[in-house]
Amino acid sequence: MFQIRIHGRGGQGVVTAAEMLSVAAFREGRHAQAFPSFGSERTGAPVVAFCRIDDKPIRLREPIMQPDALIIQDPTLLHQVEVFSGLAGEGYILINTSRSFSELGIGEFVQEFHAKHLCTVPATEFAMKHVGRPLPNAALLGGFAAVSGRIAIDSVLAAIREKFPGKVAEGNVAAAGAAYEFVLREMRGINHAQAD
Amino acid sequence: MLKQTEGSHAVAEAVALCRPEVICAYPISPQTHIVEALGEMVKSGELANCEFINVESEFAAMSVAIGASAAGARAYTATASQGLLFMAEAVFNASGLGLPIVMTVANRAIGAPINIWNDHSDTMSQRDCGWIQLFAEDNQEALDLHIQAFRLGEELSLPVMVCMDGFILTHAYERVDLPTASQVDAYLPPYLPRQILDPAEPVSIGAMVGPEAFMEVRYLAHAKQMQALGLIPGYAEEFRSVFGRDSGGLVRAYRAEDAETIVVALGSVLGTIKDTIDEMRDQGAKIGALGITCFRPWPLAAVRAALAGAKRVVVLEKSLAVGLGGIVSNNVRTALATQDTPVHTVIAGLGGRTITRDSLRKAFAQAFAGRLEPLSFLDLDHAAVDRVLAREREVRRSGPIAEALLRERGVPGARVG
Repeated sequence: MFQIRIHGRGGQGVVTAAEMLSVAAFREGRHAQAFPSFGSERTGAPVVAFCRIDDKPIRLREPIMQPDALIIQDPTLLHQVEVFSGLAGEGYILINTSRSFSELGIGEFVQEFHAKHLCTVPATEFAMKHVGRPLPNAALLGGFAAVSGRIAIDSVLAAIREKFPGKVAEGNVAAAGAAYEFVLREMRGINHAQAD
Repeated sequence: MLKQTEGSHAVAEAVALCRPEVICAYPISPQTHIVEALGEMVKSGELANCEFINVESEFAAMSVAIGASAAGARAYTATASQGLLFMAEAVFNASGLGLPIVMTVANRAIGAPINIWNDHSDTMSQRDCGWIQLFAEDNQEALDLHIQAFRLGEELSLPVMVCMDGFILTHAYERVDLPTASQVDAYLPPYLPRQILDPAEPVSIGAMVGPEAFMEVRYLAHAKQMQALGLIPGYAEEFRSVFGRDSGGLVRAYRAEDAETIVVALGSVLGTIKDTIDEMRDQGAKIGALGITCFRPWPLAAVRAALAGAKRVVVLEKSLAVGLGGIVSNNVRTALATQDTPVHTVIAGLGGRTITRDSLRKAFAQAFAGRLEPLSFLDLDHAAVDRVLAREREVRRSGPIAEALLRERGVPGARVG
């Protein structure tokens, strides 16, 4: 089982992101379960959503306390919520920001993790460019497909088209595609640096 | 057709396939998505020959459902929590009049303190209202139980509540197999009412009944519920032959054949319990589970037979009979009245408190060791409770309890679990 936890703020499409990720996994013939943290969600308040992916039916109903991957939609949460709680050393971290891990003040902390499992991506900028609104969720799923390799970008794009209507879908598809390419380039940079 | 969708939407699609003629709706979390989806289907014409009635309260929702059902229509509504309490008088009337309304209850705690999260307090408060109560383990079963509920309710002329865990199921996206219209039509015949308000053949429904006949009317309500015990297994069997999967029935055992400890529970927590059981089985523990799908009528004989070989029974329940303890466990004890099997009550998950494998494992291990109390509360913060009690002893004007405990327990939202 592969477990993803998504942190963000009310209004950023955190719950929708988890749902779309589960649809993407379903389209690949896998079992998936997505659910929100069930708070009284208010705009701007910290929100958590969860997605489990497995090859067999998923019965577990507890929240994801030991995620294999974290998607952080809002970097201002880093010092407010225990976003890294339970993340294993093999875990993936994807943060929506135009800054680096060092610039976010967590450069030292993330050294415990595999460099190839970490990435920051300016998802809000991609969303502004392609969707016209600061909704980074779809772009981050594109970035997640690239950093984790756990889901195909085509499945992510199909899930976005299933969730949103025509024009909104195409904007989000473009944002997700751009974030996917961005993260792939970043990953190649890391591989290159390690080869040197 | 396999589909990855939200539990509420899956249920709405199943209800639509049952061809309801009247849907009464008043919004309350976490049920709202179900009636919203049905409203959209009626508006778009996808659900034809159905009147969608927005009412002014839950009391009105049930009252309109009663009127519709008495006029011979297949009627549906949905509610949760305070909404169920607000309609309580009409809920009793629906069963007392023998009207086969189907209602989804998206299980949620009851206030005060106000709480929108899941537990079973709402439907447990109505356990003796005369409705059949079925509990879904996952979204597939929630969907399937609605189809069975119309069949069962209309055959017996009794209303049926389908209980599904609020948020945990209603708001979860998972894979469901949506049946086709022809499958549902093959399983669910058109509604043939036993009684109908028809101007051409006038009758009264709802006469005043005095001491001369009231006992007999109540007895027949009980007798009908006992008939349901006989019908439900057959309907589940027939469901399997049409839809190709197991859903419904009275009770369902899991790895219980040689189990010394059997955990009894209702609803979605059974999934987490089964995963915990698998882990403990791998370590050699003889543990299994019994899921109660039908809580009313209480399947006494089936529960007794399923628990006959157990050395101990742990009832994990998401409701609390304040001043007594467990509600489900009291029913289990009735089934085991002739045996001396210890029955432990574990109250868990009240107001949405997370039920984790870790906590379940610890509670079950305590049961193996003979150290589990007859009544315990999973993951209760005893220290916080003790501090509030101590303050009450020290200070007369100790203030409101809920607010004191919020201060004790710290900031919500900062924790994940």
